Amino acid sequence: MPKLPAPPVPSALKAPPARPGESDGKTGALEDAKTAGITVVDWVDERTSLSGATRWILFRKVPKGTNWFYTLGSATLFAFLSQAVTGVFLAMYYRPDPAGGAYESIRHVTNEVFLGQFVRGMHKWGSSVMVVLVFLHMGRTFLWGAYKYPRELNWVIGVVLLVLTMVMAFTGYLLPFDQRAYWATIVGVNINGTGPLLGPYISDFLLGGSEFGATTLSRFYAIHMLLIPGLLVALIGAHLYLVTKLGTTAPPWLKADRPPELSEAEV
Amino acid sequence: MADRHSYKSKYTADRSIPGAFEGETVTRRRFMTGSANLAGVVAVGAFTLPALAFAIGPIFKSTPHTWETVGPVGTFPENNYIPVVITTTPGIGEAGKTSVYVRKFNPAIDTDPYDRNTPFIALSTRCAHLGCPVRWVEAAQRFICPCHGGVYDLLGRRVGGPPVRALDRFYTRVVNGYVQIGPRFSVNSELRRFSPRDPAEPLDGIGQYLYPSRPGAQKL
Repeated sequence: MPKLPAPPVPSALKAPPARPGESDGKTGALEDAKTAGITVVDWVDERTSLSGATRWILFRKVPKGTNWFYTLGSATLFAFLSQAVTGVFLAMYYRPDPAGGAYESIRHVTNEVFLGQFVRGMHKWGSSVMVVLVFLHMGRTFLWGAYKYPRELNWVIGVVLLVLTMVMAFTGYLLPFDQRAYWATIVGVNINGTGPLLGPYISDFLLGGSEFGATTLSRFYAIHMLLIPGLLVALIGAHLYLVTKLGTTAPPWLKADRPPELSEAEV
Repeated sequence: MADRHSYKSKYTADRSIPGAFEGETVTRRRFMTGSANLAGVVAVGAFTLPALAFAIGPIFKSTPHTWETVGPVGTFPENNYIPVVITTTPGIGEAGKTSVYVRKFNPAIDTDPYDRNTPFIALSTRCAHLGCPVRWVEAAQRFICPCHGGVYDLLGRRVGGPPVRALDRFYTRVVNGYVQIGPRFSVNSELRRFSPRDPAEPLDGIGQYLYPSRPGAQKL
């Protein structure tokens, strides 16, 4: 099979060519190690074409005026990843048993497991961090006008992500099953029930019955661990794909230069 | 059939579809596609519908009426409330219990025409605002909710704060000299009985239709 030409690499990453008369410098153990690494990557790339996709994602053009506010989206993603990882480790110890096992398992994680208090704290504070970052990112997108054509669908996906984040925060709050968690959930579900006509049915769906019962905690756990994270990962993937495909916008105070023939000419 | 437009006929031969034979209405390709799609719908439905029923089913399950003994008849006075604890949801420990304030029926106080002539009055501690537990303060003769400042009077009617209706009550009966607490019911401001509602659902006027009782809550 003929070898295709290598796809273009940004000039900043290309190695500078050797000066005439000087040796290439491409000998020695370090160069051998680099060649070995490149061979492995080439092997994977020839079978998957992943290098093209990686360049498409990483070496994007961004408009002039991109500033630190544009990092809020990535910050939110990072907070989500932190929650996911700390959540997985907490799930290894948690028991969704309302008759005392839930509270005991969290007590065990906090007091007796090595770094358990740290991981639990990261998860608990990370959720507040994520909510704050989500709102800041939403505010930045709104104030920059980055929801306009052709990015409307991205905005809609973002709003759905916001709602899902709130549902995660609400369902996760019950899981330690202490007094604060229990009563906050009772109050939250009852606020839900104030919606006319359908409100009581939605509360029943959340509680798994008309009263807080044996299955309520398990229900919240399944929603928090399985249902919403699946939806979140799918929608974050769609959100990132659209951002990469459509590109980011310039800040609204930067106007594009108009061609001279279009402006009102001073006659 | 002579005047029928060829594209409206149900016979493929009239619609000049290639490969049509006499009397054919559905082409073989369309039949195969349709039955493959139908099989797909059946397969997806086979795992989705039970899962949905599993998730939504509890809304329609009704819990059986239970009666719990809380003390001998002499324990409860006529003009003050004694708190007792009953189990509303078995099997989940403390989360399934709730407190009830019990008082002997007093004809001088319980004068509402809708007030049933029950032997004992049992008020729920579940605040009708958002569900926090209320506390009976004897010196003020009021129930006070610590969460958002709801206040109820001696009969459980709302006299202050954000609650939207009176405190729920429980059915009571006397068996062999012991007081028993039964199922819960909700009351409106005139103390008329309704099937149990969640907190924050008003029952006066249009409220009882806007917030209907659900299949899972006992119809009383």
